[in-house]
Amino acid sequence: MSKLTTMGDAVERFVPRASSVVMGAALESLIPFAAGHELIRRQVRDLTLIGPISDILFDQLIGAGCVRKVVAAWVGNVSAGLGHNYRRACEQGIPQRLEVIDHSNFTISLALLAGGLGAPYLPTYSLLGTDIPKTNPTFRRSRSPFGGEKILLVPPLQPDVAILHVQRSDEDGNAHAWGNLGISEEAALASRRVIIVAEEIVPRSVIVSDPNRVLAPSFKVCAVVCEPYGAHPSPAQGYYNRDHEYYHDYHRWTQTAEGNAEWIGAWVAGVKDRAAYLEKLGRDRRQALRLKEHRYAAPVDYGY
Amino acid sequence: MDFSPQEIMVAAAAREIRDGEIVFTGMRLPLIAFALAKQTHAPRAIGLFECGLVRDTPAPELLYTMGDPPNIAGALWATRMINIMGLLQQGAVDLGFIGGAELDRFGNLNTSYLGSPESPQTKLPGSGGAADIAGLSRRLVVIMPHERRRLVERVDYITSPGFGSGRGWRERVGLRGGGPGAIITTLCVFGFDASKGEAVLRSYHPGQSVASVRAETGWDLRVGKDVRKTDPPTAEELAIIRRLDPEGFWTR
Repeated sequence: MSKLTTMGDAVERFVPRASSVVMGAALESLIPFAAGHELIRRQVRDLTLIGPISDILFDQLIGAGCVRKVVAAWVGNVSAGLGHNYRRACEQGIPQRLEVIDHSNFTISLALLAGGLGAPYLPTYSLLGTDIPKTNPTFRRSRSPFGGEKILLVPPLQPDVAILHVQRSDEDGNAHAWGNLGISEEAALASRRVIIVAEEIVPRSVIVSDPNRVLAPSFKVCAVVCEPYGAHPSPAQGYYNRDHEYYHDYHRWTQTAEGNAEWIGAWVAGVKDRAAYLEKLGRDRRQALRLKEHRYAAPVDYGY
Repeated sequence: MDFSPQEIMVAAAAREIRDGEIVFTGMRLPLIAFALAKQTHAPRAIGLFECGLVRDTPAPELLYTMGDPPNIAGALWATRMINIMGLLQQGAVDLGFIGGAELDRFGNLNTSYLGSPESPQTKLPGSGGAADIAGLSRRLVVIMPHERRRLVERVDYITSPGFGSGRGWRERVGLRGGGPGAIITTLCVFGFDASKGEAVLRSYHPGQSVASVRAETGWDLRVGKDVRKTDPPTAEELAIIRRLDPEGFWTR
């Protein structure tokens, strides 16, 4: 069954106001910026954002006033520094107050893994002695019933929707992703629904030729969007490199709330969709991000 | 020979990596330190990256983030983050690197909130993987800029645990990893007094002195008996660092 649709339709139908949404599950790569920008254009409000680090995507959604709560290990700008919008929201309530539930990268992984396993919680030795449990009231301190050691219990997260950018998918949402996966699999399995955003749509035969590379079962997927360069400025292995300069421009531009409004006007509100965004980005800039060389994997034999 | 503070930090960080060790590489300067160590004294070191990567060769290009495509090309393993964190928790990681915004004399780091969490003066980005690396690595090395406002008596918030309030604290709270072994700053290198869990000045970088380090340190500085000048980067090390970061994005 084809679930292929437009970004606007996918967001409209499956990410209503006050949804909890996982994005940036692969960490610094394959970040679904195109989906995030559509949420901003549609002014979807009161979102709970869930993710490990998200690079600047969470900062953008916060600055656009779409976010009520953040459940994350880190929010900022990986290669440039702090996230100015995140700071303004937490320090001054601009554009609005934000509830922050702190995690580490390990505990956010465990929370989504527990969600995907249908487990009541998962235990860890991490974060003992830290102040993070003080700003994440969902954790419980306990002792192992086996050895008596001190442990931290991490409860499950089951988000409403995971938005995952991948290299390729079929129309049904059987998706191939490669490179570091971060918490992409955990996010897909834990969430009630999955939106797949793909660099390209391929026939089912391509996907089933290599089932080990499939991210999650397609019965979790509610929509498939074909959006080439949809992860820009983050990289997509085998498709394009990271646009480092874009992150640094964003960092400079968003230092003030006024600058942020200008940035949103220029790069999100002022472009009607991803195609218009890419036109604004320009051919030369896309050219500069092209692969320098191909590095194909050797084929594997699934024969029997 | 002329070099930047970041270049001597990278060289000092690389020297913390022993050959054959499994290293949790972190971000920014440690990414270059790992590549430098691989090309000099630690060719058998293995790098773990929390985004889900394992490498036994340095990436072919400068990395702005650990998820940059050159870090995936030629990786030994591209996997899920939880597998990397699992290796960390089982005690497989010999050495972890992290950075920090605020540090105290027990090696505790704050990258979360300056001021109270309810109404912070400054909201910092948070832990990322740093709290996990600090809690669970067998040995930890911290890399950060040295300023009096950053090196404080007690951090406002412990994001990444050092020795807490001193000796025995890690055992009491149940932490598995060994805690900090060194702090590398723009001015100096601290080691740790194992009997107290406290930072002790081990060496000051060329151009610095015990007095200049003390002036920029917000706690009562303890100076090691055999304190000396930090070895500057060798010509070979500098050449490698500049080849790795030709435009000096991280190191100038």
